[in-house]
Amino acid sequence: MEHIVIIGNGISGVTAARHIRKNSNNKITIVSAESKYFFSRTALMYVYMGHMKFEHTQPYENWFWEKNNILLKQGFVSNILPHKKQLEFRNGEILSFDKLIIATGSKPNKFGWPGQDLDGVMGMYHKQDLEKLEKYAPDNKACNSAVIVGGGLIGIELAEMLRSRKIPVTFLVRENSFWNGVLPAQESEMINNHIKEHHIDLRLNTNLKEIKSDENGRVKSVIIEETGEEIFCNVVGLTAGVTPNIDFLKESGIELGRGVKVNRFLETNIKDIYAIGDCAEQHKAIGQRRNIEAVWYTGRMMGETLAQTICGNKTEYKPGHWFNSAKFLDIEYQTYGWVFSEIGKKENETYFQWQHPKEQKCITISFDKNTNQFLGINTFGIRMRHDIFNKWLTENQTIEHVLEHLADANFDPEFYKLYESEIVEKFNKENNTSIQTKKKSWKRIFSKA
Amino acid sequence: MKVIKQSGLIIFLLGLTIFVGTIFTGSFNLNQSDLDTFIKEKNYKSTVIKSNLEKAIVTSEDLNIFQFSKRVIKAYESSNLYYDNLIQKYNKEKKWKEKGKQYQYKIGGKPHSLSFILAKKAGKGWAAENTTLMWFLTFGLGIIGALLFIVPDVVLLGKPGIKNDGIFLDAATNRGWIGWFAFVFLVTFYILLYFYPDLIVNWVFLVDPISASISGNPASQWFLYGFLYCTVMTVMAVRMYIKYRDNKYQILRTTSVLFFQIVFAFLIPEILVRFEKPWYDFKNAFPLDYDFFFRWNLDELLSSGGFGLFILVWGVVLTVVVVPVMVYFFGKRWYCSWVCGCGGLAETLGDPYRQLSSKTLLSWKFERIIIHSVLIFVLVMTGFALYTFFSGANQVIGIKTQTIQDIYGFLIGSIFAGVIGTGFYPIFGNRVWCRFGCPLAAYLGFIQRFKSKFRITTNGGQCISCGNCSTYCEQGIDVRAYAQKGENIVRSSCVGCGVCSAVCPRGVLKLENGPEDGRINPTEILLGNDVDLMNFVNQKQ
Repeated sequence: MEHIVIIGNGISGVTAARHIRKNSNNKITIVSAESKYFFSRTALMYVYMGHMKFEHTQPYENWFWEKNNILLKQGFVSNILPHKKQLEFRNGEILSFDKLIIATGSKPNKFGWPGQDLDGVMGMYHKQDLEKLEKYAPDNKACNSAVIVGGGLIGIELAEMLRSRKIPVTFLVRENSFWNGVLPAQESEMINNHIKEHHIDLRLNTNLKEIKSDENGRVKSVIIEETGEEIFCNVVGLTAGVTPNIDFLKESGIELGRGVKVNRFLETNIKDIYAIGDCAEQHKAIGQRRNIEAVWYTGRMMGETLAQTICGNKTEYKPGHWFNSAKFLDIEYQTYGWVFSEIGKKENETYFQWQHPKEQKCITISFDKNTNQFLGINTFGIRMRHDIFNKWLTENQTIEHVLEHLADANFDPEFYKLYESEIVEKFNKENNTSIQTKKKSWKRIFSKA
Repeated sequence: MKVIKQSGLIIFLLGLTIFVGTIFTGSFNLNQSDLDTFIKEKNYKSTVIKSNLEKAIVTSEDLNIFQFSKRVIKAYESSNLYYDNLIQKYNKEKKWKEKGKQYQYKIGGKPHSLSFILAKKAGKGWAAENTTLMWFLTFGLGIIGALLFIVPDVVLLGKPGIKNDGIFLDAATNRGWIGWFAFVFLVTFYILLYFYPDLIVNWVFLVDPISASISGNPASQWFLYGFLYCTVMTVMAVRMYIKYRDNKYQILRTTSVLFFQIVFAFLIPEILVRFEKPWYDFKNAFPLDYDFFFRWNLDELLSSGGFGLFILVWGVVLTVVVVPVMVYFFGKRWYCSWVCGCGGLAETLGDPYRQLSSKTLLSWKFERIIIHSVLIFVLVMTGFALYTFFSGANQVIGIKTQTIQDIYGFLIGSIFAGVIGTGFYPIFGNRVWCRFGCPLAAYLGFIQRFKSKFRITTNGGQCISCGNCSTYCEQGIDVRAYAQKGENIVRSSCVGCGVCSAVCPRGVLKLENGPEDGRINPTEILLGNDVDLMNFVNQKQ
């Protein structure tokens, strides 16, 4: 029996722990400084918005850990001593391990802005950030204005959170359109409009110059780089991306880049020490993925994979087809396969796009203009079946096949209006084709690739 | 808009206050001839009851309903006491024949129900005499106020989408003081309705004209309840239409329950009565309709000619054929959240409380024990009832059929389904009865779990474990526990309300009817990971 110690109780660490428990009787300890019990980080926003209480974000009841013989240790690891196989805690405590999994996730980026550490400046990542927000922005009397810096997924979520309490929000976005490094222009544009509809003051092409303090060391205002404009506010949210949370490893001898360097088996340069999730950095990118993937799903997949290796079935991390999802205020977004924005798109990739004339629904299908191979799809306001797109990607289907069978892929609730025929009609018109949509077939839906 | 909303609240509260206050109004005294007719109709053999009642309530005094009720009940008690004393006396004197004679003079029935009938004749005052005005000041203001409170949300809630902001920050929806107040109000209402109908006779006066126009009869407390039920459901359905206006499934479902409540549970039965047919709700399936096989019901149906026989056959076919076949194709949702009256109230009045149902494993355990016990109880009781009906013996293995029926009616029919089932909405969530008590739900649940095409499909690996689905599951199902494993949700208790799917921010859940094969799909590794690893682990399992 070995002692497996996991630093970090997010989705990566907890998934690894659960699968190690299923496959072995190893002693498992999960260490966390943030909270004793696992909670879903992506759900923190709903606590502030009053959709849920904090305990609702915890996927397992508190008895789960003892029942499954997983030890939970609260504490802040200050150093790792690889050769002694020990962890050192900030309070001087020592914990020995046989195998160590580093799953410490990310922390919000700070780019050295003047005033970035003032009271009232915060990210939206940790449980403690939520508590801070509750302290500094309990309502629109205590906080009559907020500024968010950085136009990504967390930024728009923080804006939605603050708007749920009717706090005026100014949203500073560096790019000339929201998230257009990732989203095609059609979709980025739609989200721009949607942000404004929610009475969020969206400022595109806008950078932060500095954050100014009042006499008590609290945020008073921010200054805009481009115009020098001063925006008065009580809270500043810094949401310009995240970076691996690995400062405590600097002295450990573990090879670091931006994250903890790992090979395809999620091993670090030191035997018996592994890293998974947001904090792991692949030596070489896998397919078109980035070396560091700060995404819920990839953290979970790494946890699933590493547990096999730890339990004696050495397994390479080989993620399947890319997928992701998000929600921009009221608009749901799903993606399967690769759709790059105009900025990142390769020469052979081309789009087919459709947009609802009135409602905020649209799709972008990316395909190879030479072979017509389907490469990926973005959908906004329409839900799609993961299984089906996964299958089509595996089968290297053409865009014609995808459009013909689009009804199989729809995952909207029953009685929703379907748009397959409008979508296909547009494609036919643009490409001089005569694709006919086929009726939904359960047989096709359940047949495996 | 906010001003309209706030004035709506004030008007609603004003209506509610007048409604509650109405109980205390009016004066009650009977005139001699009304009493005479009453005694004649009732055919009492007791010689003392008439004079007792005369002394008590044929008076020029202005009695309020509480004094009136007390006096009536005392009159009945003293009449029965009189004969009890005689029985004891003859018993002592061993005059058996004389003793035996006395029993016929005793008067049965629930005292508060008798008092209700008398009060209905004896009532004077605002509710009884200025009915239209009082209806407007109570029901009217309540409805107008509630609608003024609800309708501005079309604008105030902003664009269509999920509208759950602040639910856990609000005293009304997070077991705060408003929730507890609503709890006390609802529980009190049900206790009065079931056990002290005479005390709310003034409310019944308010709906007399409506009853007369539909069935031709004056209203009973059950007509009041039916009318109130439809009114509350209609008003709260407006709220549903606004809150879920982005979701067609919710809109259709709400329309369906509303239709079945108003037409099938309320109008048709009352109209049947007008044509001197038995009162019957065609959608109310046994064993939820627990007294369907009681002797009095069977007798009534059999004596109502071809129509009664039709109801009898339909009642049996509904439970034995229609219900299971429909559950096979669509899941139990077709009944529980599209047709059922209890479900209808839970999905309209109860919707603001859905997040309060407990999701712990422990409550699931309790749920299974309790709901299946009720099912066994109702089946045993029905067995007794049928045995009694066919054999004529009024007891089985030494237990009186009547006793067991009374116990069920009191404990399950009134306390569980009414007082707890609805009264506890603001504390334990809106499906307390459906989840823990309803024997029909238990029966439908078996079919849904073991032989049905219905499931909630989990969309591959898209779940982020956020917990919205579990939080808003009114049946207390930990939906996330399945979704985060990539597993479809197949649970006997799921009523298919569709809200888990609605609140999911990532499009993970879809209610659907598909092939049985692969419906239950336990997984270890979720879609999106290495295909070989998925196959390896999922097959090993």
